[in-house]
Amino acid sequence: MQSNVKHAISHVAQLGRKGCDALESLGRAGVFLAQSAVGVPSREGWSLWLRQVHFVGVLSLAIVLVSGLFIGMVLALQGYTILVDFGAEQALGQMVALSLLRELAPVVAALLFAGRAGSALTAEIGLMKATEQLTSMEMIGVDPLRRVVAPRLWAGFISLPILTVGFSVVGIWGGYLVGVEWLGVFEGSYWSNMQASVSFVNDIGNGIIKSLVFAVVVTWIAVFQGYDLVPTSEGISRATTRTVVYSSLAVLGLDFVLTAVMFGGL
Amino acid sequence: MKRSKTMEFGVGLFMLAGILGLVFLGLRVSGMTLSAPSDTFRLEANFANIGSLKPRARVTMAGVTVGRVEAIELDTEWYDARVVLSLNSELAGQLSQDTTAAILTAGLLGEQYIGLSVGGAPEVLAEGDVIRDTQSALVLEELIQQFVSNMVTN
Repeated sequence: MQSNVKHAISHVAQLGRKGCDALESLGRAGVFLAQSAVGVPSREGWSLWLRQVHFVGVLSLAIVLVSGLFIGMVLALQGYTILVDFGAEQALGQMVALSLLRELAPVVAALLFAGRAGSALTAEIGLMKATEQLTSMEMIGVDPLRRVVAPRLWAGFISLPILTVGFSVVGIWGGYLVGVEWLGVFEGSYWSNMQASVSFVNDIGNGIIKSLVFAVVVTWIAVFQGYDLVPTSEGISRATTRTVVYSSLAVLGLDFVLTAVMFGGL
Repeated sequence: MKRSKTMEFGVGLFMLAGILGLVFLGLRVSGMTLSAPSDTFRLEANFANIGSLKPRARVTMAGVTVGRVEAIELDTEWYDARVVLSLNSELAGQLSQDTTAAILTAGLLGEQYIGLSVGGAPEVLAEGDVIRDTQSALVLEELIQQFVSNMVTN
């Protein structure tokens, strides 16, 4: 009887410990973001930042653009088969453009970005920590937050919105290829319905705000997971997995919240 | 050194592509025009029932788009819908006092828009005037109800 009670108490205590750990790690992540995001790329940090934009942004361009093309094409194909039942296939351009700009481009680009660039950032910083490069930097008086973390954070903040714009453009073009060139929707109605319904501020602007939020969240999670991991090979593999899982969940959850705020009233 | 130059070039192109993409979205997809938004000419119209007319719906004249619906609100004095129209400024002082406004539907199930047609009165509508002669939206359910009740009485 006594031991049962003790057992139950230890379970509750464990739950409490986990809660404290989670809260503490959240606080650490917040302080980490605040400390490193202050390191806006300065003149001497410019080349570091440039290298990261190249790695995080330019090298992700191929996968993002190819995905955008196929998603635009499949949207047009699926949308056409649904809309043609109502005799409303002229609205195809509107459907493709709005679903890409409002939802698919920010979300899918962020998910791809988490998989392609986020995991690489975690592994790279994690290996630096495991091989004690970060500690050695501190020893010689270089702040690893400014030298290693800040350029990667800012590169992520800049790159994802650009990738999202590219995704939308290519997706709309893919929709045009399938809808107009293949299925025979009238070209004029594809563009004019799109132009009549898409608003620059409400649709394109909100899509970019979404992708900025996702950029901050995904890069933050990736870099923090790398900086905060247990410096062993197992720790690196776990942190890389966590980066992809956490950032995907965060993107999808935040997307719902942002959509409810931005488009809930429309 | 050479490697860093190509990298710089790549990053520059990437940013340029981002800006060009945004311009494409602005001009081609959302249909913005580079010229500054022209002055508008505002009119109001009261309708007994607006159906499913939405703000930003088209206002047309002889099928040509001449403006947009700016706002829709309930007029608590008459309990009908007050619709604010913003028209191209070249129409200012051109529309006669007895211009009529009707809520029309594009196709059978399409979006609703407002069609204006000019009358013959010599006086013209000024900024902020109210269009008196309006025709409400065609609500399909009411039409069906009328049809059914006619069938029953016959």
